[in-house]
Amino acid sequence: MQNSTYAIETKDLAIFYGAFQAVGNVNLEIEHHKITAIIGPSGCGKSTVLRAFNRMNELIPSVSTKGVVLFNGHNIYERDVDPVEVRRHVGMVFQKPNPFPKSIYENIAWGARINGYTGNMDELVESALRGAALWDEVHDKLDQSGTSLSGGQQQRLCIARAIAVKPDIILMDEPCSALDPIATLRIEELMYDLAREYTIIIVTHNMQQAARVSDYTAFFSLSEDGKRTGQLMEYGDTKTIFTNPGRKITEDYITGRFG
Amino acid sequence: MSQAPSKFADASLQVNRRHVSGKLWLTIFQVATLIGVVALTVLLLTILNDSFGYVAVENKVDPDSLAVNGIPLDAQDKETLMQTLRANISAGLYARFERDQPFAERDAANVYALIQEFVISPRILESWTLYDSLFIREQISETLERDFPNAELQFRNWLSWNFVRAQQSSYPEIAGVRTAILGSLWTIGIAIAFSLPVGVGAAVYLQEYAQDNQINRIIQTNINNLAGVPSIIYGMLGLAIFVRAFGLFTSGIAFGAVDPATANGRTILSAGLTLGLLVLPLIIINAQEAIKAVPNSLREASFGLGATRWETIWAHVLPNALPGILTGSILAVSRAIGETAPLIVIGASTFIQVDPSGPFSKFTTLPIQIFQWTTRPQGAYHHLAAAASLVLLVMLLTLNATAILLRNRSRRSY
Repeated sequence: MQNSTYAIETKDLAIFYGAFQAVGNVNLEIEHHKITAIIGPSGCGKSTVLRAFNRMNELIPSVSTKGVVLFNGHNIYERDVDPVEVRRHVGMVFQKPNPFPKSIYENIAWGARINGYTGNMDELVESALRGAALWDEVHDKLDQSGTSLSGGQQQRLCIARAIAVKPDIILMDEPCSALDPIATLRIEELMYDLAREYTIIIVTHNMQQAARVSDYTAFFSLSEDGKRTGQLMEYGDTKTIFTNPGRKITEDYITGRFG
Repeated sequence: MSQAPSKFADASLQVNRRHVSGKLWLTIFQVATLIGVVALTVLLLTILNDSFGYVAVENKVDPDSLAVNGIPLDAQDKETLMQTLRANISAGLYARFERDQPFAERDAANVYALIQEFVISPRILESWTLYDSLFIREQISETLERDFPNAELQFRNWLSWNFVRAQQSSYPEIAGVRTAILGSLWTIGIAIAFSLPVGVGAAVYLQEYAQDNQINRIIQTNINNLAGVPSIIYGMLGLAIFVRAFGLFTSGIAFGAVDPATANGRTILSAGLTLGLLVLPLIIINAQEAIKAVPNSLREASFGLGATRWETIWAHVLPNALPGILTGSILAVSRAIGETAPLIVIGASTFIQVDPSGPFSKFTTLPIQIFQWTTRPQGAYHHLAAAASLVLLVMLLTLNATAILLRNRSRRSY
């Protein structure tokens, strides 16, 4: 589905919680099959922007979105676009591992089934679990509850669940913040592998993580006009952002002077 | 710690005073618990006290005299029993029994019961509580000899199997609660069938679909208030709507199920729907709480996979809310089982000997039966009321135990 230059492109994206503007003026181009990290201090709207990419913000009644988010060239906020279809193509992994309280097998099979998958389910489950580097640990206990796994395993199960519906993009909202360093490392390794097939956008608090895994980095921060609106301060390839940032505020943040 | 430094003797902390106030509250809480426990114990003891005890029984005919060829009454076969019955009652009464149900179709136990009731016809002249039976036995014997010289002293278990099985009777000796138990089960069954789907449906709508606007907030407030409306008012509502306005349907006339000349809307269906209405707000609120308790992360996970709202509700929200919904509903229903006032308003029968056969039957229920028995002046009925209370308690405990079992079996971890 690479029929456009960018996997996701936003034009003047602005998001409001009621009357409060949380994010404004976001113009981003996300490259296909790359890992793009979104970093920034707490409360600057990183997660809000990420959730705008699969229209998850709409689950919160007060949120309204303005501007354009192009997914493979189509504006997903067009009136005739069903968010259900958007989310089927733009998968998501959440901050806290949230497997369904069902069997490991069913965790993966359910999403595929509702999306009309009619092929061999056993094969799909195995390939999704292999894709999430979890197969070796769980292949003999697929009927156990997904919630019986460790935190890191649960998060990989959530990744397996996401890739089982074969999305084009996987959004990751601080996927490692609830995990220990070893589990974090495994997820990061997994992201490298996944990037061959999927476009990955990850929100992270952890600047080392962004530096380690991402190809591109978007730095968000609050506007300096006192309105506390999150804005895209700088966007570019990760190496440049971390070694030679273009703006002082970026440099201050990545060197740990604020945030 | 005698050499402990003065560091631990800081008077400004006022540790002792703070502990004293803590202990005072602890005592208050313990007393509160104690009052509750004592009240419950007294309640149970009172019921048990009335459910067992001595009775002075006088038989119209001595059962021993009914032995045929040396075979005592309770060992006779059906033919012999029929002869005994025919010999001891009027021909007219015998013919009436034949009309009610031909003797060819009756079994030996049935004939035996007829002999018990109409031939031997034991009458309870006086009854005593369990406490009296245990501790003033001599006085009881004296009273018996003085006042009822022909009577026999028997220890009676009012809560016998016969009591559960027998129908209502104007003789306390043989009266039972079968009709009332069946009536209770029928009304509660209809109440559940009506209120559970409607209640859960409303809860799903309010919790998962309804937007947070003025109208929905008013609806929510109203539901919360309805849960506190006294049950008698639901009785008035049921009388006006189900019995009167929709009498054509609740009586069964519209369905051709009953004789239009005698039928009216005071049926099990009206009672069940009224009780259903009564517990509906409770079920909605409980179901809403259960749905609210399903973590949002599950909904997000489901939506994130491209599920529709209904798929999310059906596959994740409802299964995870189910234990809570069931527990809440059963607790609500067990409130309905004990309801008396609305059913009296609706017009439950206080004396009825015919088992309910369907939603259009006349009915009585356990609480109404208890109420009716306690208002009788004769002491024997109070024992019946106590025994019926125990039956009702057992029904309630069974329901609550089911609720706990269901909750424990389907409890999930997130």
